[in-house]
Amino acid sequence: MDLFEYQGKQLFAEYGLAVPSGEVADTPEQAKAAAEAIGGTVVVKAQVQVGGRGKAGGIKLAATADEAFTEADAILGMDIKGHTVKRLWIEAASDIKKEYYASVTFDRSAKKPLVMLSAMGGMDIEAVAEEHPEALARLHVDPLIGFQPHHGRWLIYHAGIDEPAQKGVLDALTKAYEAFIGLEATLIEINPLIWTADDRVVALDAKVSIDNNALFRHPDLAALKESVTDDEQERMAHERGVTYVKLDGDVGIMGNGAGIVMSSLDVVALAGGKPANFLDAGGGSNAEAVATALEVLLSDPKVKSLMINIFGGITRCDEVAEGLLTALDTLGATLPIVVRLDGTAAEAGRAIIAERAPANVVVEPTMLSAAQRAVELAKEAS
Amino acid sequence: MSILVDENTKLVVQGVTGREGQFHTLRNKAYGTNVVAGVTPGKAGQDVEGIPVFNTVRDAVEATGANTSMIFVPPRFATDAIYESLDAGIDLTIAITEGIPAHDMMRVYTHLGRSDQRLLGPNCPGAISPGKATVGIMPTDVFTPGRVGIVSRSGTLTYQISKEIGDMGIGQSTVVGIGGDPIVGSSFIDVLGMFEADPDTDLVVMVGEIGGDEEERAGEFIAANMTTPVVGYIAGFQAPPGKQMGHAGAIITGSSGTAQGKKDALEALGVRVGTNPTEVAEIVVETLA
Repeated sequence: MDLFEYQGKQLFAEYGLAVPSGEVADTPEQAKAAAEAIGGTVVVKAQVQVGGRGKAGGIKLAATADEAFTEADAILGMDIKGHTVKRLWIEAASDIKKEYYASVTFDRSAKKPLVMLSAMGGMDIEAVAEEHPEALARLHVDPLIGFQPHHGRWLIYHAGIDEPAQKGVLDALTKAYEAFIGLEATLIEINPLIWTADDRVVALDAKVSIDNNALFRHPDLAALKESVTDDEQERMAHERGVTYVKLDGDVGIMGNGAGIVMSSLDVVALAGGKPANFLDAGGGSNAEAVATALEVLLSDPKVKSLMINIFGGITRCDEVAEGLLTALDTLGATLPIVVRLDGTAAEAGRAIIAERAPANVVVEPTMLSAAQRAVELAKEAS
Repeated sequence: MSILVDENTKLVVQGVTGREGQFHTLRNKAYGTNVVAGVTPGKAGQDVEGIPVFNTVRDAVEATGANTSMIFVPPRFATDAIYESLDAGIDLTIAITEGIPAHDMMRVYTHLGRSDQRLLGPNCPGAISPGKATVGIMPTDVFTPGRVGIVSRSGTLTYQISKEIGDMGIGQSTVVGIGGDPIVGSSFIDVLGMFEADPDTDLVVMVGEIGGDEEERAGEFIAANMTTPVVGYIAGFQAPPGKQMGHAGAIITGSSGTAQGKKDALEALGVRVGTNPTEVAEIVVETLA
């Protein structure tokens, strides 16, 4: 789960990491009030989860509260790379002496936390790593021992952090690591971490991702889930416990098991179509799971055809077929549906559909033929 | 021969009295797996259709000599269950549980490195050596005894590929699900190494997916250390960056972990990669011919 900047900064503050004082605003009026409360020059920042906000005009300085109103009015509703700005973060402007980069990430390759620090902050860190690898100090931490002061010292000396800022950066790294552990984050990224004119070290941005699997231990973070999901189907799927990801095509896809669904998307693309979504109804998909999944798929108006790809293991295909018929009865779907059943009781399942399903439901024998058929039907329907 | 599970497996099931645990334990037993014990705290002295239940894994090991454990405990207790199994000296722990927090797994993995015990999973379907033993949740009907090894990050896709090669008359030595989480106890490389050492495995199918760099690393291992041919498959070409595709580990981070990148890396190292499960089966047949 990726958090917005304002959520990340509020969490940073709880861990004692210095952030500029700020407030959330959803309207120009709120932005103006926030600017008045903060005082002085403020920065109006679009809250979207996409890079390049500044270049797109989503971050503006405002010297007065009235200017904050005007800038907020311009930025709210703006489309930044497909993300609509619905919320702003208004914060005190900072007097920057230098920009650094700091992060703690979950390095799945090394299976350890990775702490990174650079004196070249404020730019794309992947580019820094590529062009100036020596400028990015990287250090793995043993998760059973944790981040020790000597780790911090090594990073500071190797990243070439300016002497007056060293103590502050060391402190920021320690707290970032504490936040990483405490929040069960997979990413804590501060870019830039700034050295200010008055020699403080402050987190000017906050990128925080939380491990979904750990949310059961963090009800406060789990409660943020709603705020970070803005797609209707994704929200609906989340409420119903269905694993769903929205894509931009028109062939709706559902299967049982993450691997087979990913494979289905690929096969649809190979057949010249564009998948509308990823939907895993679960390895042990029963009739009820099929019905719930269908409901989510059918609620998406851009879906023109469906491909249902089931491999019966312990779940029997005849039960899935019955579930599908019941669901179609209730939901009354009219769009073309291509069903492919394989594995346990596949023949019985196919027979049930062939005999009793409405005319818009067709059976195909293989994954490839099902994908081709679904793609053709989507093209015909659009 | 075969790897990981066979007629020498003596299985203890942690979470044996739960609904899923009991269901799959009895299926494993019916297939011929030697299930010697179950563990549920507070239920010592009971039995699950003749399988004795103990309070702790250590008690079960002392009483039955169990050498393999299967974990069916919910995520919030599963990390403790893994440590309990390791502390009881179990050689092979197979964690079926999906949803264990990643930070827990970082610590488990680090701890695991201190011994020569093995962990399969979590979030995995287990392992089956057809005709000998199965530990996990795989549908056993799909598999037949044979000489192809399969190692995979995905359950259903593995069944699909196994059935497709089975339809062409080719069976399996062992089928291993390593799990769909970002950190799992055994990597592709670990399992490929076991297959390489197994005289009864003539070819290995490696089923990968987006996220991480295990497939790329496996490619390097195959090129440097394997004489047994390997056929690859990668799922997730259509996955957008930053979105978790079902499995916690199936996520493209920045520009790393893409299906195309993995396919290219494997092919550059001489591993053939099928574009869909059917083509994988065809390449297997062609390679064995």
